[in-house]
Amino acid sequence: MSAAVRHRYSLLTRRDKIVLALMVGIPTILDLVFIWAPTIASIGLSFTNWRGIGAITAQNWVGLRNYTFLFTQYLFFWPAVEHNLVWLIFFVCIATPFGMFLAVLLDRDIRGSAIYQNAFFLPVVLSLAVVGFIWELLYAPGSSGLIDGALGLTSQTNAIDWLGTPGLNLWAVLVAASWRQVGYIMILYLAGLKSVDPTLREAAAIDGANEWQTFFRVVFPVMAPINTVILVVTVIESLRAFDIAYIINHGKNGLELLSTLITNNSISEANLIGFGSAIAVVLLVISLGPIILYLNRVFREES
Amino acid sequence: MTAATMVTGRAHRRIRPQRVLLHAFLIVTAALWLIPILYAFYTALRPVSDTIQHGYVSLPSALNFNNFINVWSLAEIPYYYLNTLIVVVPGVILALFLASLVAFAVSRFSFRFNVALLMMFTAGNLLPPQVIIVPLYWLYLAIPIPEIIKLPFVGMFPSDNGLLYDQYIGIILIHVVFQTGFCTFVLSNYMRTISKELNEAALVDGAGVWTIYRKVILPLCTPALAALATLEFTWIYNDFFWALLLMESGAKRPITSALNNLQGSFFTNYNLLAAGALLAAIPTVIVFLALQRQFVRGLTLGSTKG
Repeated sequence: MSAAVRHRYSLLTRRDKIVLALMVGIPTILDLVFIWAPTIASIGLSFTNWRGIGAITAQNWVGLRNYTFLFTQYLFFWPAVEHNLVWLIFFVCIATPFGMFLAVLLDRDIRGSAIYQNAFFLPVVLSLAVVGFIWELLYAPGSSGLIDGALGLTSQTNAIDWLGTPGLNLWAVLVAASWRQVGYIMILYLAGLKSVDPTLREAAAIDGANEWQTFFRVVFPVMAPINTVILVVTVIESLRAFDIAYIINHGKNGLELLSTLITNNSISEANLIGFGSAIAVVLLVISLGPIILYLNRVFREES
Repeated sequence: MTAATMVTGRAHRRIRPQRVLLHAFLIVTAALWLIPILYAFYTALRPVSDTIQHGYVSLPSALNFNNFINVWSLAEIPYYYLNTLIVVVPGVILALFLASLVAFAVSRFSFRFNVALLMMFTAGNLLPPQVIIVPLYWLYLAIPIPEIIKLPFVGMFPSDNGLLYDQYIGIILIHVVFQTGFCTFVLSNYMRTISKELNEAALVDGAGVWTIYRKVILPLCTPALAALATLEFTWIYNDFFWALLLMESGAKRPITSALNNLQGSFFTNYNLLAAGALLAAIPTVIVFLALQRQFVRGLTLGSTKG
């Protein structure tokens, strides 16, 4: 292998090497400047009280004060962490398994499989902003909404304001977000199932295993790589959740998420750059878990 | 083989009632899944006066396309479609172009930092965008662009404030950078499946690296590029976050982020809102229905590699 590499190198002219350097160099510089530099800057800014006016000087250094305030005094931090956790648990325990379940059902040779797949997949092509809009129609209180209307909850006294009631609205939003997540997972998993060597199933069938035994003992274990991908996609999507909460009420009143706290504190409503960055660092640290898991899984064989 | 066929054949006959149950379950679930969209469409077809009088859950006394026609002109939908087009087309092309360059270099030639580089691109794409938004926002306010405006392409997207902030060029740029990560990952996996001997043969024949990229490898990647283009079109079209925070002027926002304005203007009229949201969604639905296979392959290309 390494002999072949050296051989290939020797064929490259100087001009070729410059071309290759540019091919890799330009995108790399863009990635470093617009993604990794801001990531590092978030960490640095989180130790300051910079408010976006004037240069950052030594006077702006506040050490860990943003973090201590965040963890001990900021009213919305722990609720936001809790909401992100609920989001994650809901996705991991309900939306994703349901998507996998649909994939398993649709993986067999059944009539109309493509039609079912399309129905489940349709929400995936919609933006989360549109998903938020559509579900606002369903969740509107009283006679304005489908759910209240259909349940007959149309009077002043018994109408349920699904999206305006803290404690309830998070679950309502999770149902809406799952509507999209399920189809996404279904398609990813279906592709994984199709790539499983069919002789494995045949062998299991000959050995007398029933369908569930075949799935849990044979198919699921061989799909370990895709299971990791699915898990990572699920976790990342839960941490990124923003659009739908923002469309509904700018991420307030029971819909606080780490993501909305960052933008509300630092850009949209206040200019507490340092404080918002501290929240961003918390989100970064949490995200590193699934990212490292993913990289480890995907690049294991190469390194 | 024959034994297996016999087994499945027998199993088929035995689980017949189970099949019925399976279809019943799938039909009910699929119907439930379609309800939100069908209901939005139904609401959009009804005059607001009708729904106020009878409630939203009621049989229609009239159905027409007036809400669509009204929101089309009131919310200036065609104008926002155009804003989206200005961002999506260069965004998709540039992301694929840059990603194909990196993928080509890393998968066809061996450098010391190949894996590290790919990991950097992949990890960058997995970061929640909110982690980088605050410094990025200030970076966009700080970078003056008059110096780079003379570059080809950049000049096509003039900045009226001399910054990246609140400009199409800025929105395109962040999409390109963010999506290059995913596309590089997918394309490098794809290119790795192309025989390496092709490279050597071409190099021995005296072809330059650029020629190999352009004439040998890129044409072989057409299927992957088509799948990725479909997927990236949808993703960039559906972006709400970047344009919301990096574009201040509501009038310049692409249609998905402009939905936020729509809500502010017509919040009392659900029928109009439904029509507006559906109009914003229609292009992606059309692309999906027309290029379904590409779309799904784009998604799975990124995930099924071991």
